[in-house]
Amino acid sequence: MKHFRRLLVFPAQALSVLAVAALCATTPALAQTPKPWAIGMQTSHSPVESGIQSLHTLVNLLMIAVVILVAALLGYVVWAFDKKRHPVASRTSHNTVLEVAWTVIPVLILVVIAIPSFRLVYFEDRTRDADLTIKVTGHQWYWEYGYPDSQNIHFDSYMIADEDIKAGQIRRLSVDNPLVVPAGKNIRILTTGADVIHSFFIPSLGVQRYAIPGRTIETWMKVDKPGDYYGECNQICGTNHSAMPIHVHAVTDADYKTWLDQAKTKFASDAGPGSTNYAALAVK
Amino acid sequence: MSATTHDHAHDDHHGHAPGFVHRWLFSTNHKDIGTLYLIFAICAGIVGGILSIIMRAQLAAPGNHLITTGQSWNTLVTAHGLIMIFFTVMPAMIGGFGNWFVPLMIGAPDMAFPRLNNISFWLLVPAFMLVMAGLLTGDGAGSGWTLYTPLSAQQDISMDYTLFALHLAGISSLLGAINFITTIFNMRTPGMTLHKMPLFVWSMLVTAFLLLLAIPVLAGAITMLITDRNFGTSFFDPKGGGDPLLFQHLFWFFGHPEVYIMILPGFGMISHIISTFSKKPVFGYLGMAYAMVAIGVVGFVVWAHHMFVSGISVDTRAYFMAATMIIAVPTGIKIFSWIATMWGGSIDMNVPMLWAVGFIFLFTVGGVTGVVLSNAGIDQILHNSYYVVAHFHYVLSLGAVFSIFAGFYYWIGKMSGHQYPETLGKIHFWVTFIGVNLTFFPMHFLGLNGMPRRYPDYPNAFAGWNGVASFGSYIGGLSVLIFLVVLFKTFTSKVKLADNYWGEGATTLEWTVSSPPPFHTFEELPRVR
Ligand code: HEM
Ligand SMILES: [Cu+2]
Ligand SMILES: [Cu+2]
Repeated sequence: MKHFRRLLVFPAQALSVLAVAALCATTPALAQTPKPWAIGMQTSHSPVESGIQSLHTLVNLLMIAVVILVAALLGYVVWAFDKKRHPVASRTSHNTVLEVAWTVIPVLILVVIAIPSFRLVYFEDRTRDADLTIKVTGHQWYWEYGYPDSQNIHFDSYMIADEDIKAGQIRRLSVDNPLVVPAGKNIRILTTGADVIHSFFIPSLGVQRYAIPGRTIETWMKVDKPGDYYGECNQICGTNHSAMPIHVHAVTDADYKTWLDQAKTKFASDAGPGSTNYAALAVK
Repeated sequence: MSATTHDHAHDDHHGHAPGFVHRWLFSTNHKDIGTLYLIFAICAGIVGGILSIIMRAQLAAPGNHLITTGQSWNTLVTAHGLIMIFFTVMPAMIGGFGNWFVPLMIGAPDMAFPRLNNISFWLLVPAFMLVMAGLLTGDGAGSGWTLYTPLSAQQDISMDYTLFALHLAGISSLLGAINFITTIFNMRTPGMTLHKMPLFVWSMLVTAFLLLLAIPVLAGAITMLITDRNFGTSFFDPKGGGDPLLFQHLFWFFGHPEVYIMILPGFGMISHIISTFSKKPVFGYLGMAYAMVAIGVVGFVVWAHHMFVSGISVDTRAYFMAATMIIAVPTGIKIFSWIATMWGGSIDMNVPMLWAVGFIFLFTVGGVTGVVLSNAGIDQILHNSYYVVAHFHYVLSLGAVFSIFAGFYYWIGKMSGHQYPETLGKIHFWVTFIGVNLTFFPMHFLGLNGMPRRYPDYPNAFAGWNGVASFGSYIGGLSVLIFLVVLFKTFTSKVKLADNYWGEGATTLEWTVSSPPPFHTFEELPRVR
């Protein structure tokens, strides 16, 4: 149950892997971003995302088969029973065997999908033994990340504006303060919203939960290896909805400890629960 | 029988159409009201279409500044969605074709409540004006058509316009639904039992019930939103003990049946068209009728599949996932029964049939992506992405709209007495087909790769497929112009049409009256054996 193995490799994903390979030259190593002309999902970097992708491969294959079947039947019928080729229509309007078949076979296909699907949903839900907890608060229009296990360090993460983008940064994805996490650890994520609903969405890590005012929602992630992973706010939240990306910077355990020590001083000025002055920070 | 109808129409004083104002403003005639609805839907569709082309122009390349602020972008998205749903697809299918053909198909002289019918239509006009006010005044209503609060609670007065627009459109639909249910239950001609009723009438009956049960829930939700916004209540505001999630539940309890409201009448029309041009009766009639009933019933217990990442519990997600998957079964029955109807037929591939076959294929594509999304586990990263935008445009923009065009070409001769141009109709089909597929197919790729919806700008990596989609939408825009030429050619055509211009395949009662039908039909009820 811990890892969903990839049973099938769908051509689309093979192609997107090729596309990724072709583009690796232009992007920094281990940065997981969307890729030009990609036709599949971003490469997976977490157990949950691997589970999602293997289930998606299965379902996608089955669904492509259904579309091909329907298209082939339609094509055949239109060709074979054209009025020129087939001038006299039959009057058949019942066939019990057929009708039972096209009820039962879809049910069976759905059962085949449902079994791994239920397993995935429960696997995704939460982690039983979390190594650390991250608190994510959606604001109009930036993310605030909190580390309740580590003296409640917390800081804000804003997108780098288009005009300030420097070499090596990615327009519309890079931020000033990324969310730093240790790789290989079970991370409990708690999301909430400060003003309106946002959505904390990181495709390559298989993470998405709304950040809703007045509620705290739990989910989890485990980043496979150190690197940079990107996501975006995914619930309409006002004028700058498209300008509050998510940058996850995953590091080794040792680097994480060093970072925590630095962060304690760097973000100390406003440490302490509830000390953030949201009103002052809000962009008008 | 059609002969008697003719005679009556000519020697009876009441058979003559009244003057312009009486006929079109105070109309109580189901055919005239149907025509008004169709004209309204075409106009609203053009407005909604222009908004969509503006949006695609903005998205054609990253970093565009055609739309200057995110808020104006959000208002465009909102207005486009609401206009297409409430002012284009619903009026065309239910108000337009429903009004025209439900009474004709069941052999009734008119709808049960003709004056109610008139007010249903006229409520839509101020509703549309209010939705436009929501787009054009102040900062605009920028919450998306889903109206999620607290964002919708933050907007300025333009949001109130939009909410009142939905109230009016809702009342209009509700009155229409009551009218259809009463008509279908009480005014079928002698001999027409429920199990002999044409499938389009079945589809309208199920649709009317969905409206009757879903619209009041929307009305309740937006009323609470209006009082939260204006009168200091806090149904949805956590600061006052309310809950934003309650709004989502109420909205989607309406919203999911709403998507079936938009497609079921299309299912009905497609059945007639496929059967007519295959010259065969519909395959598995009872299965077809009850598949629609099943879709309608199950459609009410799947709403939270729109809320898989809203923090509902994992067991709840598991339930809604299973319930949603079940809907694929009756939908599959319909697809295969349509193909079986064509099997062994003698198929005439003319314009309405082309749209109908196109519908079956494209609706299948939209349906299977629905099965993908029903997996709560997968939806965790596809929710709100462009994959969803692709999915719902395949079932709406390529499903519902294709069925509307199929119905249009099928019945325009009956409604107007004018022949549509065959070749131009085919060109219209192919240009639309290419345009919409170029627009919406690449959106699957964008969504899989992680592009969120309701974004006016995006990371450069998404540029390629967005460029293709925008190019496709311009072709789609061209197809609308072709349609306008089709309309012009149709209404200037001098060809005289027979009562049943499709011949032996067309067996429902509307083909027994003249084309166009007299002002009053079935003053003497036809008998069905
Ligand atoms: C030429 C045809 C069309 C084009 C190019 C088009 C394009 C678009 C675009 C660009 C969006 C915004 C996506 C986003 O940023 O989230 C959108 C949203 C939407 N469209 Fe269309 N559209 C078309 C036709 C239709 C039709 C016919 C319908 C319905 C029957 C429809 C229903 C919707 C809905 C419900 C939304 C969601 C609005 C929201 O997010 O609140 N569209 N469309
Ligand atoms: Cu947002
Ligand atoms: Cu739904």
